[in-house]
Amino acid sequence: MNRIVTLLCLLIFASVPLWLQDPYLLNALITTGIFIIAAMSLNLLLGFTGQLSLGHVAFFGIGAYVSALTALGFDVPIVGDFHVVHVPWPPVIGFVLAILISGFCGYLVGRLSFSVRGAYFVIVTISFAEVVRLVALNWVELTQGPLALTNIPSITIGLPGLGYLVLKTKLQNYYLVLAVAALSYFLIARLVHSHYGRAMRGLMENETLAVAVGIDVTRTLTLAAIISAGIAGAAGSLYAHYIRIIDPDVFAFITTVTMVIMVVSGGKGSLAGPVVGGVIFGLLPVFLRPIMPPEAQWITYGGVLIAILFVLPRGIVPTLAPLLGLARKRGATSAKAIDVAEEGA
Amino acid sequence: MTQLLQHLLNTLVLGGTYALLGIGLTLIFGIMNVVNFTHGILYTFGAYMMFIVVHQFGLNFFLAIPVAIAAGWLLGAAIELLLLRPLRGSDIDTTMLVMIGAWIAMQSGALWIWGGVAKSVSNPFPDAPLVLGPVSVSWLRLFVLAAAALLIAVSYLLINRTKLGKAMRATFQDSDTAALMGVNVSWIYTSTFAIGSSLAAAAGALLGPVYVIFPQMGDLAAVKAFAIVILGGLGNITGAVIGGFILALAEELGAGYVSSGYRDAMGFVIIIAVLIFKPTGLFARAERVG
Amino acid sequence: MTVQSNSRETMLSVENVAMQFGGLVALSDLNFSVREGEILSLIGPNGAGKTTAFNLMTGFLTPTRGTVKYRGTALKGLKSHEIADLGLIRTFQRTSVFPRDTVFDNVLIGLHRQGKVSLLDAMLGLPRARASERAQRERAAELVRWIGLEARANDLAGSLSYGEQRLVGVALALAAQPKMLLLDEPVSGMNASETHTFVQLIRNIRDRGVTILLVEHDMPMVMGVSDRIVVLNYGRIIAEGTPDVIRNDPAVIEAYLGQGARQVSKKVAAHA
Repeated sequence: MNRIVTLLCLLIFASVPLWLQDPYLLNALITTGIFIIAAMSLNLLLGFTGQLSLGHVAFFGIGAYVSALTALGFDVPIVGDFHVVHVPWPPVIGFVLAILISGFCGYLVGRLSFSVRGAYFVIVTISFAEVVRLVALNWVELTQGPLALTNIPSITIGLPGLGYLVLKTKLQNYYLVLAVAALSYFLIARLVHSHYGRAMRGLMENETLAVAVGIDVTRTLTLAAIISAGIAGAAGSLYAHYIRIIDPDVFAFITTVTMVIMVVSGGKGSLAGPVVGGVIFGLLPVFLRPIMPPEAQWITYGGVLIAILFVLPRGIVPTLAPLLGLARKRGATSAKAIDVAEEGA
Repeated sequence: MTQLLQHLLNTLVLGGTYALLGIGLTLIFGIMNVVNFTHGILYTFGAYMMFIVVHQFGLNFFLAIPVAIAAGWLLGAAIELLLLRPLRGSDIDTTMLVMIGAWIAMQSGALWIWGGVAKSVSNPFPDAPLVLGPVSVSWLRLFVLAAAALLIAVSYLLINRTKLGKAMRATFQDSDTAALMGVNVSWIYTSTFAIGSSLAAAAGALLGPVYVIFPQMGDLAAVKAFAIVILGGLGNITGAVIGGFILALAEELGAGYVSSGYRDAMGFVIIIAVLIFKPTGLFARAERVG
Repeated sequence: MTVQSNSRETMLSVENVAMQFGGLVALSDLNFSVREGEILSLIGPNGAGKTTAFNLMTGFLTPTRGTVKYRGTALKGLKSHEIADLGLIRTFQRTSVFPRDTVFDNVLIGLHRQGKVSLLDAMLGLPRARASERAQRERAAELVRWIGLEARANDLAGSLSYGEQRLVGVALALAAQPKMLLLDEPVSGMNASETHTFVQLIRNIRDRGVTILLVEHDMPMVMGVSDRIVVLNYGRIIAEGTPDVIRNDPAVIEAYLGQGARQVSKKVAAHA
C-alpha cells in the first residue's frame, strides 16, 4: 500500500468519531484498536521474522499489570516482615514502564527460546504465557488474583501551561489509541524496510543462506522479540487504563488466538494485514452478537481461520492489494529511481 | 511417610493416564511432524462420550469405555482426512494454525452443546475406598490404573508386533523410503492420527469419571501431553510412559509440598526447563518408534 | 592484478585435517593451502570426500583432527555469521537464493555486512540511515548489472531459471564483501554457454582481488579456469598442481577412468 493510501486511511480513522454517534460501537473500535496494536506487534514476529510465537498475550498482559500496578501502587510481603511498597505514580509512567518491562521479557524469552526452534519454540512460548497467567492468578498479594485490580486510573496527559488532561471520555481514548497505533505502525514500517528488517526477512526465507552472508540469528531474532514485546506491552497498558479493571483472564490463550486470527487473515508479513484483520475480527463480534451466542461465534472464527488458511493462505491484503493496484513497487535498478523516501507502507 | 506413600500411589494412577496422552501425541508428533493442538479436545471428547453413553444412552459403564475410544478414533480419522490430508506439504505453521482453528471450533461446540456447567459420570464402583495399610485408593482409580496399563500394553504390541506398527515405524524413520517399500504413507498418517486421538479419548474417558467434565478440561491436558512428549523424546513410546509418570510425580509432590495452586504449572515449568537445558528432551529422539 | 607469489598471503590453510563420522573415515591427511588471488579447484570422483572437505572449509563441520585456518584464524568454534564477517563467503548449490524476494532485494539482503546503522537511526529514518540505504541500493543495482541480470531485477528470485539463480547466488556472495569465495559446484546443471559465462565471471571476480576455491565435477571447466588443482580420492589428496600437471598425472587418470583408460585419456587430454 503506498503512502497516499496509508495517509488516507489514517484520515478516515481520525474522522470516525465525528460521524459515528453510537457509543457502543465507538467502545468496540477502541478495544479493537488496542488489539490491532497487539496484532501488529505479533505480526513483526510472526510475519516478518517467521517465528510462530503463541505466547504473545503474555507481553500484553504483563504490560497491562505493570501499568496498572504502577498507577495503583502496591504493598507486597516478600519474606517475613519485609514488604515491598510502591506508591502510586502517574499512569503515563506506567505506560513507559509497561513497554520497558514487556520488552525486557521479550528479550528473556528471545534469548532462551531461540535456541529452541520450530515446533518446540511454539510450545515454549505457550508455556511461558501460561506460567505467567498462573502467577497472576496465585500471587494474590500483588495482583489480587481473580478478584482483579480495579479502579485503575485513566491516563493523564500534562500539557505545558494548560494543566492536566484526564483521558476519561471515549472520544479522548479513541484518539489516544489511534495515536499509539499510528506511531506503532510507523515504527514497524521503518524497521521492516531497514537493514534490520531485511535481516529478519532473510532469516525467515532462507536461514542457511542468511547466516552465510553474515546475518546474526540470535541478535536479529532477539531484536524482533524485544520490539514486538514492547509494543504489545504498550497495548496492554492502554487496555488497563481504558477498561480500568484487569484480572488474570487477560492472559487467556484465546486472546493470543484472536491476535493470530487477525494477523493471519489480514496477511502476515504485510503491514496493513493486522489492521484489516483486526478491524474485521474486532468488529465481527459486535455484528454477530444479536444473531449468535458467543459459543457459536467462536465456532465461526475457528471455521474462518481454517477457511482462510485453505483458500487465501497469504491473507486478505497480500491477495487483494495487487488486484487493486496497490502492490508496493519492488526494487529499482536505475540509479535515478533510487529513492529511499519513496518507500511507503 | 504415609503422605509420601499416598502421593506415590496417586502418581501411579495419574501417571498411567498421562502416559496414554503422551503416547498418543508422541506418535502423531513423531510420525507426522504435526503440532497437534486438537489432542486436548480429543481428551475432552472422550470424557463427554462417557457422559453421553452412560447417562443419555444408559449403557453399561464398562462398555462405554471402548465406545468412547472408538468414537475418538473416528473423530481423529475425520480430522486427518478433512483438514490435514489436503494440507500435506504445507509448511508446519499453516498446519499448526489449522489445528488451532479446529480446536477453537470444537471446544466452542462442546460449550454450546453441553454448556459450561461441569458434568459428572456415575460409576459402578463402591464409594468406600480400598484401604491398603496406611494408604487408601478408590476402586474407581484402581480400575483406571488397570485399564491404563492394559491400553499401554496394547499400544506396545500394536507398534512392535503388528504389520501396521511396522509400517508406522518405517514411516517414522524415513517416509520416502517407506513409500518406496510399498507402505501407503497416506493411510499410515490417517491411522496414526486416529490411533493417537483414540488414546487421548481413552485418557479422557478414564479420567472423566474421576474428576468432572467441562469443555475446557482438555486445555491443560494438551499442555501436559506436550510436556510428556518433550520429556520423553519424539516418537519414543517408552519415553512417553516414563515422562507421564515423571509429570504425575512432579504434580503430586508439587501440590502436596509446595502449593496446590501451582499444580498445573508443573507441566509448563517442565517444558520450559527441559527445552532450555536440553532441547532434545531427556531422551533423544528415538532412533525407532517403540 | 597479479601478485608476486612469494609475497602472497595464505588465505586458507588446511593442516593435517582428518574427518571421521563414527566408524567411517571420510577424509585423512589433508594438507593444502590456498594463496591470495589464486583460483584453486578441488576435484575428485564421486565419493572422494569433496563435499565433506568443502563443509570443513566453510566451517560448517569441525574436523576430527587438524585445523582449518582462514588468514591465520582457526575456524573451529566460530558461528557461520562470524565466519562470514571475516570475509570468507560461500555459495550454495541448491537453495541459493531468497525465493520470495526480487533479485534486487536478494542482493540488498546480501549487503547486510555493509549497511550497519544504529537501530534508532533506522527506526526514525534519520539522515545517516537514509544515506546508508541509498548507498546500499546503488551498490545492489551495480551488482545486479555486473552479473548481467538487470532485465530480471524486479522478478522474484524463485521464478528464475536454475542457472540464473546461481548467478543471483554469486551476486549475493559478492554483496557480502568476500576476500575469499568458496563456490559449491557452481556450474552443475548449467549448459555450455552458461558455463562459459560463469567462467568469465569467476575470472572477473578474481581480478577484483578475491581468492577463489571451487569444488566441481566439470573437468573442462576446471581445467580452463584454475590456477591450481587439488585432486581427492578415497578421502586423500592424490595429486596437486597446475592443470597441465594434473592432466597428465597417472594417479588422477586412473582414479577417474580406471587403469586401462590411461592411453585413451592421454589423447583426449592433448586436445583439451
